[in-house]
Amino acid sequence: MAQAVETRGIIYGVSGPAVVAKGLKGARMHTICYVGGRGLLGEVIRIEDEFATIQVYEDTTGLRLGEEVVSYSEPLMVTLGPGLLSGVFDGIQRPLKRVRELSGIFITKGLKLDSLEKERVWQFTPLKERGDTVRAGDVLGTVPEGHITHRIMVPPYMEEGVIGDIAGGEVRADEPVCTLEDGRTMGLYQRWPARKRRPFRDALPPSEPFVTGQRVFDTLFPVAEGGVAILPGGFGTGKTITEHTIARFSVSDIVIYIGCGERGNEITEVLRDFPQLKDPVTGHPLSERTVIVVNTSNMPVAAREASVFTGVTIAEYFRDMGYRVSLMADSISRWAEALREISSRLEEMPGEEGYPPYLATRLGTFFERAGKVRCLGDGERTGSVTTIGAVSPPGGDFSEPVTQAAMRFTGALWALDTELAYRRHFPAVNWHKSYSLYYYQLRRWLEEGVAPDMPELREELMTILQKEAELVEVVQIVGTEGLHDEDRLTLEIADVIKEAFLRQNVFNPKDVFATYTKQYWMLKAIFAYKRSATESLKAGGYLEKILSHPVRTKLMDMRNIDNEEIEKEGRSLVEEIEGAFTQ
Amino acid sequence: MIEPITRYYRTVKDVTGPLIFVTGLRKASFGEMCTIRLADQEERLGQILKLEGELAIIEVLEGTSGIDSETTTVVPKGDIARVGVSREMLGRVFDGVGKPRDGLPPVIPDRYIDINGLPMNPASREKPDYFIQTGISAIDGLNTLVRGQKLPIFSCAGLPANELALQVVRQARISEKEERFCVILGAMGITSREAFFFMESLAESVAQERTIAFINLAGEPTTERLFTPRIALTVAEYLAFEHDYQVMVLLTDMTAYCEALREIAGARDEIPGRRSYPGYMYTDLATLYERAGRVRDRAGSVTIMPILTMPEDDITHPVPDLTGYITEGQIVLSRTLHNKGIYPPIDVLPSLSRLMNLGIGRGRTREDHRKIADQLYASYARGCEVRRIVSIVGMEGLTELDRKYLFFADEFERRFVGQGEKERAIGETLELGLALLKILPETELVRLR
Repeated sequence: MAQAVETRGIIYGVSGPAVVAKGLKGARMHTICYVGGRGLLGEVIRIEDEFATIQVYEDTTGLRLGEEVVSYSEPLMVTLGPGLLSGVFDGIQRPLKRVRELSGIFITKGLKLDSLEKERVWQFTPLKERGDTVRAGDVLGTVPEGHITHRIMVPPYMEEGVIGDIAGGEVRADEPVCTLEDGRTMGLYQRWPARKRRPFRDALPPSEPFVTGQRVFDTLFPVAEGGVAILPGGFGTGKTITEHTIARFSVSDIVIYIGCGERGNEITEVLRDFPQLKDPVTGHPLSERTVIVVNTSNMPVAAREASVFTGVTIAEYFRDMGYRVSLMADSISRWAEALREISSRLEEMPGEEGYPPYLATRLGTFFERAGKVRCLGDGERTGSVTTIGAVSPPGGDFSEPVTQAAMRFTGALWALDTELAYRRHFPAVNWHKSYSLYYYQLRRWLEEGVAPDMPELREELMTILQKEAELVEVVQIVGTEGLHDEDRLTLEIADVIKEAFLRQNVFNPKDVFATYTKQYWMLKAIFAYKRSATESLKAGGYLEKILSHPVRTKLMDMRNIDNEEIEKEGRSLVEEIEGAFTQ
Repeated sequence: MIEPITRYYRTVKDVTGPLIFVTGLRKASFGEMCTIRLADQEERLGQILKLEGELAIIEVLEGTSGIDSETTTVVPKGDIARVGVSREMLGRVFDGVGKPRDGLPPVIPDRYIDINGLPMNPASREKPDYFIQTGISAIDGLNTLVRGQKLPIFSCAGLPANELALQVVRQARISEKEERFCVILGAMGITSREAFFFMESLAESVAQERTIAFINLAGEPTTERLFTPRIALTVAEYLAFEHDYQVMVLLTDMTAYCEALREIAGARDEIPGRRSYPGYMYTDLATLYERAGRVRDRAGSVTIMPILTMPEDDITHPVPDLTGYITEGQIVLSRTLHNKGIYPPIDVLPSLSRLMNLGIGRGRTREDHRKIADQLYASYARGCEVRRIVSIVGMEGLTELDRKYLFFADEFERRFVGQGEKERAIGETLELGLALLKILPETELVRLR
């Protein structure tokens, strides 16, 4: 990247995270500055003649009028390379584990640290040799990082060239590994502006589901690989727990977890548990595939605003290697609030509820970086970024601006419901309010990849839940006793669906991840029960007797069947149910 | 850092609400404290809220009455807001900005600490998994409290939130068995009656030498309220992380704190957010609540129990709403239960402890704790639903099973929640829960399996 040019000015005004500098002539929009004697990092967000407004990524208390401001002509950058995995970074990519070594319990101001450790030595295996022509995105070689193969790629900004020298073996992270004939060099690292989308060859349409292992999502409201889902819900509805669960169990190569304006204690859980937990597919520690970007609610707001862009840039980088990346953003609302806070300090004209009018546009630049792509470079690589964003609407009211704006960019809405959460029905997904626009694109995959009747079962399930909603209204007026037996049976089936299928216990190791096959067989058994019970009722059987039949208990216990056993066990349960009411 | 020369400014331009606008302060810093001297030599404290070239906006802590643009003098102190901390503070009572209120001389500080603190590094935090037995079934059994948690009480006007908080503190004290246990009270805008009540009860239940109180009364300046919780938490962090204390911080009433925040925002002509509270209230509250925690390699902890009154009993009001989004759960009190004579009137359905799972289970409480809690929740929720139906269709419309649920819900409220003043060990709580569940047929107890 271009060599940084310096301009100097002085502090003229301070209001929270917004600092006005005077005399910063030639400063460029969205480039970084160091503010004050301690050199707090900031970004230029407005220029008015010789005054530049800077959003500062650290607490500005104590900044004095007249202190120096130095501006560089470089935007906010993210350092990409080996060492990212199992790392913990703040919103502007400072490595928090090393910050801890330097400053103890608390984060002191003005710390300047390399995001990735320069001194670390990596084992580099070249895939190219002298004389090869390389272009942007080509894989120069690989570095093993845990069980993940970290592909060292030619940076997207590098123009074509011929390799003059490339060396394998032990390499220090900041040393060049490849020199082109024209003298340009490449190392293990590349840097990329956080707010700029990384290039790729083609965008691909959604065709496969992103498997979360959570029945209510995968069966009812699937999100496509490369898609975007949002999880809005009032407090206590389980947004964070859902994000954690997906981070742990979803079928992904790499997980980027952004804790944006949320709780410190929750991140501790991720930090402490992930090294012990195993990736369900590979069996390796979860931390090896995870990068955490965390800017808790009490850390500076401007860095919170930057954190989602830092996170998505890291996600795109792994996507470019050809990996399936999932990006958890918890929470989008806190990001939007940071945006609002800075906007109000700038005294900009507010839009709805005080959010700036460009809220939706800015949100779009984040969400639209999700997707499935054909990567740049040699070899046919496809990679994807699937984004799951939590939204925290004030008072649990979805009509507020952030939820509404986020809904425009998402294909799946997983609406969390306070009533369900009060009953401890988790995941507390309201099946009437949620939707997935990907479902119709994924139907084909479900027919081929799971079973030809999978879509049918899903639609039948939706019908029963719809019917139940109508019946519940009737019950409110006449009581359960006043219903016809068929209707009471429908309520019963809906109950089984909710208890046995939709509710999923993340603390039960057998239940926490259900493969599509398990989900399918659970549905098969539930509908076998429905058919047999209906027939028995028609033939004159007593409802009470049908309801108290022990097969019901077996349906409830299906969650405890291993994913590997389900086909066999499920088949025999279906047979048992079919014969259950005939005597 | 302190300027060698003290400068005096008589350049007050405007006075509005709790704010004064002063021009020409040299080398002023953001957040700097100032002394404001009135014509009659009365001194007040102020803090710089905004700097804009020549102009500084200063918030006056003790209010602006009597300030003029002719004779009032502003003296910048050259430093940000700090509190002098020391272990000698134990047993003392201070006002909202840390001046002694008990007639004793000021404490000689060990050192001065920035009251805003610094954000705790998430990578330094220790997992909060140490169970605190409060002796209250609705909390221990269903919404377990752990060390380093922030768990607020959402109350309604007229409900015994303070009594409950003090009971928690008293009983936790016994279960902690720790020599180094202390309680810090940060009281914002409470009445003199409440202040008496707190001071008496704390002395009785925890012993005076284990408490520190910072009290800002309802009649005292609102601006001071913004300092009170920060000072209390700074002292808490100091005792916890430098002297290994298990510190319980009671903050009451957070609604009064938020109103003070709104008042200042209004005076600054800021763009109001929901119900006129400032848009940054979430961040502001977070900088308080997030100071709870445990850290690696240190024995101490800061546990915060904020108390707030929900205006009009409305849980979606910005104060409880934003608090609930930051804290690790909430204990919600219910007027209906209170009117039924149930104490503590904890409405368990909207109550929650997010850290519960870390604190319970084998080796902490009991292996079946989670299952019992889940089943109690689900069955009680169903019982409450039946209760709603009964009010429309009467008992005749109910099935046999519905009636059992109804009975269960009543018994649960009466016996499990309504335990009165007496204390229950966790084992007793869980056994009682299991006994109550026997009201229902076994096939219904899906979550116990």
